Parts: sequence; C-alpha cells; structure tokens
Amino acid sequence: MAFTAFSTPTSTAAEPAVRKRSWIALVLLLPGILYLLLFFIAPLISLIFTSFQQPVIDGDIGQYSAGFQWQNYTDAVGQYLPLIFRAFGYAILATVFALVISYPMAYFIGVKMRRWPLAQSLLLTLVIAPFFISFLLRTLAWKQIFSDEGPVVPVLKALSVLPTDGHITGTPFAVVFGLTYNFIPFMTLPLYAVLERMDVRYIEAGADLYASPWTTFRKVTIPLSMPGIVSGTLLTFIPAAGDYINASNDFLGSSQTSMVGNAIEANFLVLQNYPIAAALSIVLMAVILIIVGIYVRRAGTEDLI
Amino acid sequence: MPLQPPQDPMIIEAIKHSQAMQRAKRLGMTRRGFLGAVGLGAGALTLAACAPTTAAKAALTPATDVSATEKTLVWDNWPSYMDEDDEGNYPTLVAFQQQSGITVTYNVAVDDNNTYYAKVKDQLALGQDIGTDTVCLTDWMVARLVRLGYIQTLDHAKIPNISNLSSAFANPDFDKGRQLSLPWQGGFAGICWNTEKVPNGLKSISDLWSPDLKGRVGVLSEMRDTMGLIMLSQGVDITGSWGDNEYGKAVDAFTEQVSNGQVRNIKGNQYLNDLQNEDTFAAICWSGDITSLNATAGNKWQFAIPDSGGTLWNDTFVVPMGSKHKANAEAVMNYYYEPEVAAELAAWVNYISPVDGAKEAMDAIDPDLASNQLIFPDADTLSTVHIFRTLTPTEETNYDAQFQKILLGS
Repeated sequence: MAFTAFSTPTSTAAEPAVRKRSWIALVLLLPGILYLLLFFIAPLISLIFTSFQQPVIDGDIGQYSAGFQWQNYTDAVGQYLPLIFRAFGYAILATVFALVISYPMAYFIGVKMRRWPLAQSLLLTLVIAPFFISFLLRTLAWKQIFSDEGPVVPVLKALSVLPTDGHITGTPFAVVFGLTYNFIPFMTLPLYAVLERMDVRYIEAGADLYASPWTTFRKVTIPLSMPGIVSGTLLTFIPAAGDYINASNDFLGSSQTSMVGNAIEANFLVLQNYPIAAALSIVLMAVILIIVGIYVRRAGTEDLI
Repeated sequence: MPLQPPQDPMIIEAIKHSQAMQRAKRLGMTRRGFLGAVGLGAGALTLAACAPTTAAKAALTPATDVSATEKTLVWDNWPSYMDEDDEGNYPTLVAFQQQSGITVTYNVAVDDNNTYYAKVKDQLALGQDIGTDTVCLTDWMVARLVRLGYIQTLDHAKIPNISNLSSAFANPDFDKGRQLSLPWQGGFAGICWNTEKVPNGLKSISDLWSPDLKGRVGVLSEMRDTMGLIMLSQGVDITGSWGDNEYGKAVDAFTEQVSNGQVRNIKGNQYLNDLQNEDTFAAICWSGDITSLNATAGNKWQFAIPDSGGTLWNDTFVVPMGSKHKANAEAVMNYYYEPEVAAELAAWVNYISPVDGAKEAMDAIDPDLASNQLIFPDADTLSTVHIFRTLTPTEETNYDAQFQKILLGS
C-alpha cells in the first residue's frame, strides 16, 4: 500500500529511509493525481466558469462570454425544480427496488450456493449477462414489451389492473422500472462480494444464542453486509439520479417524466444553452454530494469508503 | 506539480486567439495591432473592436484545396439516404468512384442536426477541419452555418449539372442562388395514420386532436415541422412574416394537447418505432419514412398532407471552411445532379429529388414511383407545402426554448 509510506515514522533513525520511500510513493501517485487534475479538476473548474457565463449581446445561438451571471443558477433551478425533485425521487425509488430485488439474489448466490461453485459462477454470469447487450438496446426492448399492443398491457387491461385507456410506456412506472432493471447488476455485485466472504458461523452463532432467523438477519447478516449495501446503493443511486436515457422521450419516458438529466441534455445539445446546462450539472452534483454525505454518515460506515 | 503546456492544437489556437484579443485591447484596438495579433481577416475587427462583448463573427478563410493531388472525399450523411444493394454497397457511389477516381468515405454520421452541430461547432468556429469534407444537414441548420460564416462558396463552373436544380429549391432565403449549399434530398412533414386502427383516415391537424385518438398521437421533436404544421392549421403562412404572437398561439395549442394527454410522445426518428408497435395510431411524420415503413412492416400506414398544408424541408450539401477537398465535393454533387443517377437514388430512398429530369429518368426504371407524389411532387402538390422561414438568432433561441419547455414538461 502506497499510503503506509505516509505514516509517521516511529523512530528517528529510520527517517531518511522513510523520506526516500515517501518520494517513491509520490512518484507512484503522480499518474493518478495527474489523471484527476486533467480529467476531473480541470473540467470541473471549466464547468463552474461556464455556469457563470453570460450571453453575448446580439450574439448568435450558443454564443456566451465569460462573466459572473449567478442568475443562471436561480434560472436553472426555478425552471427545472420539478425535474430535479423527480430525478431524485425516481433514483431513490429505483435504488430501494434494486436493493430489495438484489439482496435475496446475492444472498442466494453468495451464501446458499457456496457448496456448488460452478452453479455460483453460472448464476453470477446470468446476473451480469444483460451487460453483454447494449444499455440502449435493453431499454428499447423493454419499450417494446411494455408497448400498448405488446404482451403485457392487454393482459393487465383484461385483469382490470390497468384502465382501458391506460398504458405503461411514458409513465413514471416505466421510468423507475427501467432504472431499477438497468442498475440491478451494480447493486448485486457488491452485495455478492460481501456476502460471499461472510463467515456463516456468525449466523449459526446467532441461532445458538436463541435469536430468531429474522433477528439474526437483522442483527448479524445485515450489519456484516453493510459495506456491500452502502457501495451498491451508491453505485445505483448516483448514476440513476443523473440518468437521461430511461426517462428520455425516445425510450421509456414522456414529457411527463423528464428528469434533470434530460433538461441538461436539451440545454446542452438542442438549445446550446451551456451556462444553464453547466449550472444544472453543478446543482445535480451538489445535491448528490449532500444526499450521499448524509447517507454515509447515517450508515455509520465512513471508514468503509 | 509541473504543469504541462497544452498539446491539443485546438486549445493552443483558442489560447492564442484569446491572447490576441487581450493584446488588441491593450493596443487601443488599432487596426494594425489587432490584425497583427490575430492574423485573421478584417471582418471580425470592427465588431470586436467596438464592443468586446458583442458577437464577433469570425472571418474564416477556406482551407487550401488539395483535391487535384488528393483524390479523396469524406462525406457525412443521414441514415437510409443512399441506395444500397444486398451486400451493403452503395451502387451509385461505387459507380462515381470508378468514373472519377475519387475515393469516397461515406459516413452515416448524422442522426440529429443539433447533436451533429454540438459535436463539431468548436472546430467550425475556428475554421478547422471537422473530419469531413462535405455534410448534408437540414436547411435551417445550413442557414445557421451560412449566417455564422462557416461555409465555403461553391464553384458553379465545377457543377455544370446545377442547371438541373429544380426551381422550387433554387432560392432559399438563406442562400439566394445556391452559392454555398446544394440540396441533397427533400421531404414533407404531414400526418400519417394506421389504416387498420383509423379506417376513416385523417384530413387535418384538428383530426389528430379527436377524442378517439387520445393518448395515441405522436409528434416530431423537430420544432419546425411540428410547430409549422400547427401554425399552418391556425392559418399562418409559415414562409411569410409571422412573429412571436403567431408562434405563441401555436405553443398554447400544442401545450394543451400535450398536457391533456392527447399527445402520447414527442420524438425524433424513434417515432416510427411507436407507430410500428402501435403505441401511436397517428402521428406527425416525414413523407419518405412512411413509404419505407410500409415496405418493411406491412402495408398499413398512410401519409397525407393536412388540408391546411404541410412543411417542406431539405437536407443540403455544405462544404465547411476547413475542408481541403472542395473540388472533390463539387464533383460528387455534380454526379448526383445527373437525372439518371438522381432517379436511381430516389427509387431507393423515397424522398423528394431536387433534380429536374429525374422523374423522366424514373419513368424508365419504375413508372409507379415516377407518379408517386411523395417522390416527384407535381406543381399542385408543391403548392400545398411550405418552407418554414429562416429565424433570426434571437427567435431561434427563444422558439427552441419554448418548444423544449413543452417537450420536457417543465
């Protein structure tokens, strides 16, 4: 670990050696730091500058000049507040659904199937298999399945689950469904990684101590799998909040389900309104940071990330 | 941390440009100082010097043409816009290459005007090579590129077949006399419906808003087509001098149909998919698509120009300033303006050919297609379709924003 090189030396005699090693550590870190500077910090600064730009007087479409137009933020939030709320609402729902679906799956593969490693790998492959097909194609396939004359809608109408003029595509249900479906592997894999290594003797110990299976699950299994839950929910929630494919009019969404990602896309690609797109991106980033910060604190796993 | 100086020529150019602007400001904006620093044409000078915050229209100069020595051409175009045989070759293009000795790289790289523009606009603004020598974009986008000075002037002497250009396409408001652009294929936006689900058919835009079709109507995300048709249905001459009021009225009518759930979705090319899986029974759509859809997915859709009129658009050749093969591009344009070649192409793509004489040439290939009004419209048909007038930059920004607001439901 490169980080150990930074640890405070315990004896003064060893200091020259440590200093030398810390120099090596820095060199080793250099590519990573350069990468971060070049591909994260620099674009981020540029994004912040863009978000304060002002339109050029008498300029053509998409022409902006440097400025300090903080109203871009109030404009962006004022105009797209419902879309921001919708994005986080959908993302939270999708994360919860993904967790509820993935946990039993990961538990089954990681714990119950331990005796059959071959079956374990096979099942895991099945979880990842959808990844072999393009994200866009998968989403389009669902659109076909949920189409009004497809296999699902007429059945639901016959069962009176859907009203006769009801439909699925273009509804919030379709968008949340798409998000959940598309991010399930991101949830399952970290959960599996944790559950697969979990020592089942803890569960046996729970039973030995007269805990009911539910109590054992609550007090033993869940705390032990917390790192997986935290990384899984983060890997699902963060991209889901910014997703613009599922909610796009061209895929599962409609004008009633647009998320903040769609607003960023429209402002950037169609309206060429870069300051608003940049301001929205920064707002999205900030809100994610706040939500994730609170969540990680609450989950009490700062040291896991 | 030693900071690397930027390597990217585009960034270096941008830095030089901004340094030059700074220097020009310090030099009290004398003509000589500014020109010396920027090394650009004088066109930008007055604008940039008067008020640094107003639009500086860059006076770009065309790249040196090396067509005589480099027999190559890169051409970006929309999907399904070139005749194709079973092996995936383009017969007309292959013939052109054999005949001219020019190697053409044909890229199906345009899926959306805005996305394509967003991808290349920075290079265009600097007059750099965008990786393609010629590209076919829709006329309103071409109007923007022309307005911004990003396009090279065509040499009509190298395109003798320009005499075959149909008069309906010869004088658009953004390029009188076609000095900078040349139409590739055109089409109508109108209404279409599923003949099994809507047996009585549709005649007007208001038929789309009938209660029977609630939640089953699709409209195009191409602002000029959807809004153009709605404005026409409200009696506005979209080619003429209408303004914010007329547009606002159309926006109100459209907003109402979207928010009450009459309109199922607002889409680009994907609308065909909705028609096919019957999420929508009727739609605002493009003429050529319905011919292709009928051919591939069962003959059950019909296209019509609404009684209040349809829109007429063109995808149009332009040669960006950074292209080094303008003469080769002109050669390919000239080739596709041969009536026989145009007919062969039209037989496959099902869009309107801007080439006079192609209809007569088509008579020999397929008389049925030659009488198809969607491919070879006669004067009567052409009188029912209208070109959406070119918008000013302010209007474009404003109208696009209003349309996107409906699209995003914000």
